[in-house]
Amino acid sequence: MSTTDPIVLGIESSCDETGVGIVRGNKLLANAVSSSMDEHVRFGGVIPEIAARAHLEAFVPTLQSALDTAELTLDDIDAIAVTSGPGLAGALMVGVSAAKALALAADKPLYGINHLVAHVGVGVLEGTVLPPTFGALLVSGGHTEILKVASLTNDVQLLGSTIDDAAGEAYDKTARLLGLGYPGGPAIDKAAKDGDRKAFRFPRGLTLPKFVGSEENPGKHRHNFSFSGLKTAVARCVEHFEANGEEVPVADIAASFQEAVVDVITSKAVRAMQEEGLKTVLLGGGVAANTRLRELLAARCASADITLVVPPFSLCTDNGGMVAALGAQLVAAGVAPSGLEFATDSSQPVTNIVLS
Amino acid sequence: MPNYLSIDTSAHTSVALVDSATGSVIAQKTSPKGNDQTETLSVYVRDLLAENIVKGKDLDGIFVGVGPGPYTGLRAGLVAARTFGFVWNVPVHGVMSLHALAERAVQSGNVPEEFIVASDARRKEVYWARYNQIGEILDGPHVASASTLPALSVFGVGAGLYTEQLQAAGAQPQEQSFEWIADAANLALRGIADLAAGKDLSDTAPQYLRESDAQVPAFMKQVKA
Ligand SMILES: [Zn+2]
Repeated sequence: MSTTDPIVLGIESSCDETGVGIVRGNKLLANAVSSSMDEHVRFGGVIPEIAARAHLEAFVPTLQSALDTAELTLDDIDAIAVTSGPGLAGALMVGVSAAKALALAADKPLYGINHLVAHVGVGVLEGTVLPPTFGALLVSGGHTEILKVASLTNDVQLLGSTIDDAAGEAYDKTARLLGLGYPGGPAIDKAAKDGDRKAFRFPRGLTLPKFVGSEENPGKHRHNFSFSGLKTAVARCVEHFEANGEEVPVADIAASFQEAVVDVITSKAVRAMQEEGLKTVLLGGGVAANTRLRELLAARCASADITLVVPPFSLCTDNGGMVAALGAQLVAAGVAPSGLEFATDSSQPVTNIVLS
Repeated sequence: MPNYLSIDTSAHTSVALVDSATGSVIAQKTSPKGNDQTETLSVYVRDLLAENIVKGKDLDGIFVGVGPGPYTGLRAGLVAARTFGFVWNVPVHGVMSLHALAERAVQSGNVPEEFIVASDARRKEVYWARYNQIGEILDGPHVASASTLPALSVFGVGAGLYTEQLQAAGAQPQEQSFEWIADAANLALRGIADLAAGKDLSDTAPQYLRESDAQVPAFMKQVKA
């Protein structure tokens, strides 16, 4: 096995995407993704049982597709990595059971790895050079986190996270309230383009002094997020118009909601970077595609003299390539594989990068 | 010596290695727990193959129980069996998991003209099917409350879990079978017989029997396209 540029196959099944990616060191060779998103649309959110059913049907075809694209056989693969958590338990178990069978049948070492760290690990692909220590902001339907990464393979810290809904979840719920469909992120982003983001002043969660404190004396939620109050405020606003028999100003509400989310995420992320002395921040997760988030984050990073790294969108959403990318880092660092006995961990902490 | 690998995760993890020609069980392993399929399955397969010096690619095929059974465990077995088949390039044959219980009942030597097998479907229900004396399926698989089953002899863990309801409905739960769960060795016996009879077992789709339970929220129905 080449330890500098190992060929690693990565498997992702923590939510509604079945992903199989293959990398050689820092080079992406294939990234096959099968999504069950269309099956969740009529429910307005991911239904775990539907996602798990879809993973079972998609796994072998997605594996075949990745091998075909990379023009490799399983003999060429040095190691296999799979998302062991965090994520939906029933969905994770399909990917992990498949990965174990694959590792056993093809006689390859297997790594059970952290999904959130994989979102960061994807940053090493496509020729991006990351500094030794950097920050990451992950925003998706399943997570909202600020991380400090001192080493992708053995030192990742959680600086802040949501204490209730993920940002993407707040988008989905608000889109439902506004009758904009699913997934909520792109729907609200689109509706917001014709709206006035200052039309309504929606609450910015956990920004009061009692939560934030000061740099010397930080409050409990200085770097944490909360979106449930925002969601309630939007619901009240919609009800107010409906009760008065007035037309709901969908574009203005969408724009004002989006501004509240993006304002609090970017300001807290940039402050966390500054206080931790981090000069680079990587943006990951499906909500990285949001135009206003990228715009405001870019502006605030620029004024704080922080370099913003945004991987291509296909690598920001859940995919197997990011799992393979982190797997290759672990192999290159000589980390021991996880074996075949590990269990999935639906709430795997970010400090647990690879299962032992 | 050609072999079949057999896997059933519709109840517990159950794995067996079976002689293709004679149907005799070479080795088998069953988990004492019903919720560790993802942890145990590949470990059991690895150990059975290694202990018996069998290579996966030399197998004649793989039998896999397609349920019905609790979904998460069932899927762990199905995705693994399909993956083994893909990598080793051997055929994967789907066998309904209740057949394994029927096989065991028939082998026990004392079944009436018609009988029922029942397994645990959780939510106060059983998965069940009706068989004749030689183990041919007559009806099922179904999922239902034990109190709605036909008034026949009932074999399997479902009979042990719902003895009173079955008796109240006129059925006869068979006490010797109260601990019986689907096992891979019995599953393979049925699979070998079915293949010999020319049956097509290429379908490995899971027998869920229930919809996903997801309800479309009322307010979603008016969403603008
Ligand atoms: Zn993700």
